[in-house]
Amino acid sequence: MIGSSALAWIKDILDPQQRGWEEFYRNRWQHDKVVRSTHGVNCTGSCTWMIYVKNGLVTWELQGLDYGALESGLPPYEPRGCQRGITFSWHLYSPTRVRYPYIRGALLDLWKKARAMHDDPVAAWKSLVEDPQARRRWQQARGKGGLRRTDWDTVLEIMAASNVHTIKTHGPDRIIGFSPIPAMSMISHACGSRMLQLMGGVLISFYDWYCDLPPASPEAWGEQTDVPESADWFNAKLLAVMGSNLNMTRTPDCHFACEARHNGSKMWVFAPDFNQVAKYADEWVAINAGQDGAWWMAVNHVLLKEFHHDRQTPYFTDYLKKYSDSPYLVELIEDGAEYRCGQLLRANRLAAYRGVENGDWKFLMWDQAEKRPKMPMGSAGFRWGKEKGKWNLVLQDGLDQSAIDPMLTFLSDHDAVLQVRFDDFGQASTISRGVPVRRIATADGRTALVTTVFDLLMAQYGVPRGLGKGYPRNYDDDAPYTPAWAEKYTGMGRETLIRFAREWAATAEKTGGKCTIIIGAGINHWYHGNLIYRAGIHALILCGCVGVNGGGLAHYVGQEKLAPMEPWSAIAFAKDWLPAPRLQNGPSFHYVHTDQWRYEKEFSDYHALPVSSERSALAGGHTMDVQVRAVRSGWLPFYPQFNRNSLEIVREARAAGAESDAEVVDYVVEELKSGRLKFAVEDPDAPENWPRVWYIWRGNALLASAKGHEYFLKHYLGTHTNAIAEDLAKDSVKEVVWRDEAPEGKLDLVVDLNFRMDSSALYSDIILPAATWYEKADLNSTDMHSFIHPLSAAVPPCWESKTDWQIFRAIAEKFSELAARHFPDPIADLVASPLAHDSPAEIAQPDMKDWKAGEVEAVPGLTMPALKVVERDYKNLARQYISFGPSARKNGLGAHGTHYGIEPEYDEALRTRPTVAWEGHSYPSLAEDQHVCDVILNFATVTNGELSHRAYREMEEKVGLPLAHLAEKQRSVRTSFEDIVSRPRRLLNSPMWSGLTNDGRPYAPFTYNVECLVPWRTLTGRQHLYLDHPLYLEFGEHLPTHKPKPSATQYADLQFTEEAGPTLMLNYLTPHGKWHIHSTYGDNFRMTTLSRGVEPLWLNDQDAAAIDVADNDWVELFNDHGVMVTRAAVSARIPRGICLVYHAPERTCSIPKSPLRKYRRAGGHNSLTRTRLKPNLMAGGYGQFTYHLNYWGPVGCNRDTHILVRKLPDLKW
Amino acid sequence: MNIRAQISVVFHLDKCLGCHTCSLACKNIWTDRPGTEYMWWNNVETKPGAGYPSLWEDQQKYKGGWDAGGKLKSTSKSRIVANIFHHPSMPTMDDYYEPWTYDYQELFNAPEGADQPTARPISLVTGKHIDIEAGPNWDDDLGGSPIYAAHDPNLAGLTAQQRQQLFAVEQLVFFYLPRICNHCLNPACVAACPSAALYKRGEDGIVLLDQKRCRAWRACVPACPYKKSYYNWSTGKSEKCILCFPRIETGQAPACFHACVGRIRYLGVLLYDADRIREAAARPNDELIDAHRSLILDPFDPEVIAGARKCNMPESTIAAAQKSPVYQYVKVWKLALPPHVEFRTLPMLFYVPPMAPVMAARQGDALNHVSQDLFHDIEQARVPIAYLANLLAAGNESKIGYALRKQKAVRWYRRAQTVGDVDAQTALRMLREADCSAEEADAIYRLTALSTFEERFVIPAGHRELGVEALQDPLKHKQQAGFGFIAGPRRGL
Repeated sequence: MIGSSALAWIKDILDPQQRGWEEFYRNRWQHDKVVRSTHGVNCTGSCTWMIYVKNGLVTWELQGLDYGALESGLPPYEPRGCQRGITFSWHLYSPTRVRYPYIRGALLDLWKKARAMHDDPVAAWKSLVEDPQARRRWQQARGKGGLRRTDWDTVLEIMAASNVHTIKTHGPDRIIGFSPIPAMSMISHACGSRMLQLMGGVLISFYDWYCDLPPASPEAWGEQTDVPESADWFNAKLLAVMGSNLNMTRTPDCHFACEARHNGSKMWVFAPDFNQVAKYADEWVAINAGQDGAWWMAVNHVLLKEFHHDRQTPYFTDYLKKYSDSPYLVELIEDGAEYRCGQLLRANRLAAYRGVENGDWKFLMWDQAEKRPKMPMGSAGFRWGKEKGKWNLVLQDGLDQSAIDPMLTFLSDHDAVLQVRFDDFGQASTISRGVPVRRIATADGRTALVTTVFDLLMAQYGVPRGLGKGYPRNYDDDAPYTPAWAEKYTGMGRETLIRFAREWAATAEKTGGKCTIIIGAGINHWYHGNLIYRAGIHALILCGCVGVNGGGLAHYVGQEKLAPMEPWSAIAFAKDWLPAPRLQNGPSFHYVHTDQWRYEKEFSDYHALPVSSERSALAGGHTMDVQVRAVRSGWLPFYPQFNRNSLEIVREARAAGAESDAEVVDYVVEELKSGRLKFAVEDPDAPENWPRVWYIWRGNALLASAKGHEYFLKHYLGTHTNAIAEDLAKDSVKEVVWRDEAPEGKLDLVVDLNFRMDSSALYSDIILPAATWYEKADLNSTDMHSFIHPLSAAVPPCWESKTDWQIFRAIAEKFSELAARHFPDPIADLVASPLAHDSPAEIAQPDMKDWKAGEVEAVPGLTMPALKVVERDYKNLARQYISFGPSARKNGLGAHGTHYGIEPEYDEALRTRPTVAWEGHSYPSLAEDQHVCDVILNFATVTNGELSHRAYREMEEKVGLPLAHLAEKQRSVRTSFEDIVSRPRRLLNSPMWSGLTNDGRPYAPFTYNVECLVPWRTLTGRQHLYLDHPLYLEFGEHLPTHKPKPSATQYADLQFTEEAGPTLMLNYLTPHGKWHIHSTYGDNFRMTTLSRGVEPLWLNDQDAAAIDVADNDWVELFNDHGVMVTRAAVSARIPRGICLVYHAPERTCSIPKSPLRKYRRAGGHNSLTRTRLKPNLMAGGYGQFTYHLNYWGPVGCNRDTHILVRKLPDLKW
Repeated sequence: MNIRAQISVVFHLDKCLGCHTCSLACKNIWTDRPGTEYMWWNNVETKPGAGYPSLWEDQQKYKGGWDAGGKLKSTSKSRIVANIFHHPSMPTMDDYYEPWTYDYQELFNAPEGADQPTARPISLVTGKHIDIEAGPNWDDDLGGSPIYAAHDPNLAGLTAQQRQQLFAVEQLVFFYLPRICNHCLNPACVAACPSAALYKRGEDGIVLLDQKRCRAWRACVPACPYKKSYYNWSTGKSEKCILCFPRIETGQAPACFHACVGRIRYLGVLLYDADRIREAAARPNDELIDAHRSLILDPFDPEVIAGARKCNMPESTIAAAQKSPVYQYVKVWKLALPPHVEFRTLPMLFYVPPMAPVMAARQGDALNHVSQDLFHDIEQARVPIAYLANLLAAGNESKIGYALRKQKAVRWYRRAQTVGDVDAQTALRMLREADCSAEEADAIYRLTALSTFEERFVIPAGHRELGVEALQDPLKHKQQAGFGFIAGPRRGL
């Protein structure tokens, strides 16, 4: 029968009985229940998933398909979900699941002994941590096995005791917490944060520490990050994708980019390797790693020359005048025979505006019609003045309301052409170029020499305009920033670049700005990432691409968009009870406390600075010194605050006679001025300044995000380390106390909440079993789409796990129980906070004067950190935790500079929703996870239309223009948790966000600003091409520029490392990977099966051959910081000279030992990194350069790292 | 005419992002059991590459499919008995991989020591420590390119210049090829089974492997040239992709289709003439694409409809065939092509060939792109037409060129409509040259870019009451369904 009559085998209808067996597969498919949830993981995906339950167990998951449709003509949002998300059901019952509380055995034994001797748990804890031998015993056991299953009562008591002891002995700001990216499961984040803030502890930031914060966004827009939702890519007619591997990291959204191509959009992909997203490219630009900035600088050269100078493009010119700082007047400073760039000319320097309110913070344009400088509205001075209604982008003079037609350039109408000095960092030299200038008489009888920002840009980019020498002759002239110049860096030819620039501009001109840059960590993680971003942002602004659908900068790294921010932040930062949270920027915290500052010398070793400029002490020297200064001047936060207990300080002040809070603050200022009280950052290695207790939840703080992981092990944990770097900073630091012996093991206790045994869990003292994302109620939002949806419980928390909210509630309850004895009465704490963005502190410091040097008076909140007395009620902390507190009702809510009252809604909630009552008062309940979700949804502008309307009304008063119509149609919308469980709901228009979403319009940032003339939250209120902060001028970053990548020698990762046999030095890149979201899922055997069983080292085939490495060989990667052992994925896809280890493998699975480091267990990808902070990102108290958590500050970059690689000589487990 | 319905599918390779979500949707539901670990009913391959199992396309090695004379290459009446205990072209574990997990418990249970514990990989077959040397997706994104990509069977016959295209500028190019069972019209697996355990369902053409009848001969494994039948070492039965028939029957897309976030997949009914299968499968290589396409009938043709009715096809199936997106892609637009049609099983899974970025050339120290074309320059693309033709058109390059030209023309046309920087007349001329009208271009654009779930997946009514009725009164079935004990397949006869 076979072969000859094959078709006989294909029966149309078989005997029905024979098909009864088909039930076999039907039975498998059958299930009992389907529940909506998602994955609270930091991928920004925010995908809605349906979880299938069979026999009471979760069996599998498939994507939900019920996102609402956006406007017609757009592809739908479905399905959303990726290969990683779809494996999550494995984790619930997997062998890595943390099912019970665990504790380090060495600690448990000591604790039991101590507890037997002390009736009071606090006394027991004190006896342990004050016994150096005992303390070292469990510290040195960290990460080395010996975990024991224990019970909740034991660990709750230890944690509560350690909290009480730490507060009493050192101060509450020695208790720290870290949990990343709230938006991915915001209730689960808010819980630990809330408990800590009620206690006076410290929450460490994440977005900047992860280096996901793009500093160029605050620089240009005064905005942490605001980006189009992915559906808006479809509206882009030119997509430039760089440093963002959409397939890997934007998996559920990638289709929009592909589908846009089928709608006639052009796609350019920039990547050194042929990566996944390059498969979609019409043109794949095989750019040299980290040189994207040079590309954009030259693109901008072409854009300015061809579309702004040779021919003026009306759309572009009009846009620049209305929405950018290009027409603003900049003062030029005489400097020898030449001039250099200065700050924006302040309005009050002119007689006409001498007496205006906040005249230092109002600026000038040259009006073409009346031929005089005028003072446009909308700047920070208008925002924070008493006079309201002039903070807008209407081009009128702020004094006489006359119209302004700003002059972009003085090219055809100037008083002089002066030679201005520009930096050429590539050649470590300067260039002198002619700039057209006007002379303006100032009120004090001097003459100010001014030009426009636009003219400075033309000169900086080197566009020849007949202004004399110093300019390149043409595109082929190798001078900054021509297409020929760019070739040296990018490796890409000028013809391709020029063609790109022309396509870019032509597309923008034809479509009104529909060019989008999709950008991400591949760019942002370089030391000079802000400059690369900024160059791209310039191309967008120069062609009117920002604030339009289909245009703009689409930066997606880290799920930073927590849509219902106002009520969430009130809860998370306990602002409903207390006025001042302790919020710490992670990069500074870890750089200082893990002592990474000790392992480097001057930052000028690797950071190119202007060769011949006037510089203060800040533009040179050691990063740590700038850090100390930044804390002292209130630019950045730092905790612990002081070298004394912040509770004790208030007690001392009162003992010394201070009665009011103001007098307490005065006392503290005097103590600081006299030097009797010091900032802890000035002596971080002193035991009184160490952080002591660390709570980690929802993140892998000890490895995945720990740049300088081995220094974490050494200085935080006090356990083994594979770092071999030695102290270098001693002779370089001036502002910080140098201690020859670096402390090891600063932390008394490390607690990790986790559902899996990840690297952080493995190294913690206490591991608490946390509910998974299929076992709890929570909220989830993202910037990838404009919907909010829930996590909900498909099954109850398995084994002994609890939700994060209930875990911190339990810790709070035990703490309050012990506090009843140790803190029977409320106690006053003194909280220091940095100058805050979206507050009047944005106009605090027009220049960089140091109170310590006597240059300026020490005034809290102005020239130094703000200081506030805060009453803490530890005995009632657990009750506060579960109660939505009265301050929210009294003060209202707001975020990003918005505000609205909630009294009617709060009172209604007391009548209609769950409440808790204690000491005679009732409060809306936060006792259960779902209560918290509902409070957030009920009080947020994006989910409650009436509140959005109210917030717009308040904004109208500030702006002086109609806005409330944006919320008119949505006023009756109210969203509950049940609503979003039934279906994801679209976010409403809200003044807190800069995009408009009416009628299914996709969210695109800054459309609100462009269409409603609401200013950006910057110095001028416009988009900033020019950054005139004095520190930026000193660092030569006032103009967009190109600074060379730090070389391997300069960056000094290999100073103490010796070659061992045939080795190869490679630039070590850690882009986001395909088989994990950070470390999550990377230990899932499904993901390792689809990859190679480990996260391999990807390297070029010729590079591999040079050290005799074949595909799948074991290799050893090492530098001063540590070592990693993995296998090689040899591929011609990878260019020579670089290598990839995709971020972020665990060090728990399949890690052999390292022959080079005494056969100790090798580490993870962050064993090879160490962070270096960029000092000019520490500026503060000045317009958009004003601190806010996860908004501003240096970022934890690590992309410029170099390693050595060799074939592993000896595989040992 | 013998008119039959076949649920058929299109995978739009230009849209595939290589995420493997499809593979895992399938794995969770169907192959998450002992004996099925290594089965990937749905897998995704990087091309160029060796695929899974390694080098499956190499029929010199595996001898799958049919020869032009209508004979199975893997076996014959005379060889079947001889090959029962050892089949020379059967893939071995080396061609697949040894599935593994990790000793995670070590992380919890390791006693305190001098160093950090680690979870070593352990074999799911032996339970012992394992040195991982292969996996189901080992050359993902060109890992090990000198070994795997360089030996892709589809490179056969490519010129040095075409190879240079793929391997240009020291970097490779790649795209993805997701694969499931093709539910062929002329399935070699069905023909090869000595126990007649495999059959093609009459109502929808899904090829199934009866878990009661299977006797572990495993003849289906080598016979399938796509290596989509797998042997379950635990139950002793072979298993394969079932196109999620329990989902299809209830109006739901197969899990891998549902889960596809690239939105690359389309599913719908095709009507075909079963009487012409053998003839079509016997045509010379360069005629195979047309022959295969000619089997597919026009669901709007009154004669076809009458013929279908005569074959007892439900009206709902005919209606579904008329709305089938697959019909558009395969028959009307000729954009989608079957994989390795030269294997002559008449696969009913069709691929739209991918576009690729333009080549670059080194001039001095710098690279410049060689084309000034706004979009996809077909002649200068990094993936040569010849390579795609080996994969999707039995070497017939004109079929690939046609599909790529049309895709490109549609893009120009949409550019002219949405931006206007390309001339509308030029766009229309390009459409004409690509054998495409403006209406067709709009339709292609809409189905490619905008289509909703319901437009991508047009699933015919399951009519389960008819299937049940053949065994039992549906009312009784409803009352009794789910009671009783279910026994899984057991090893042995």
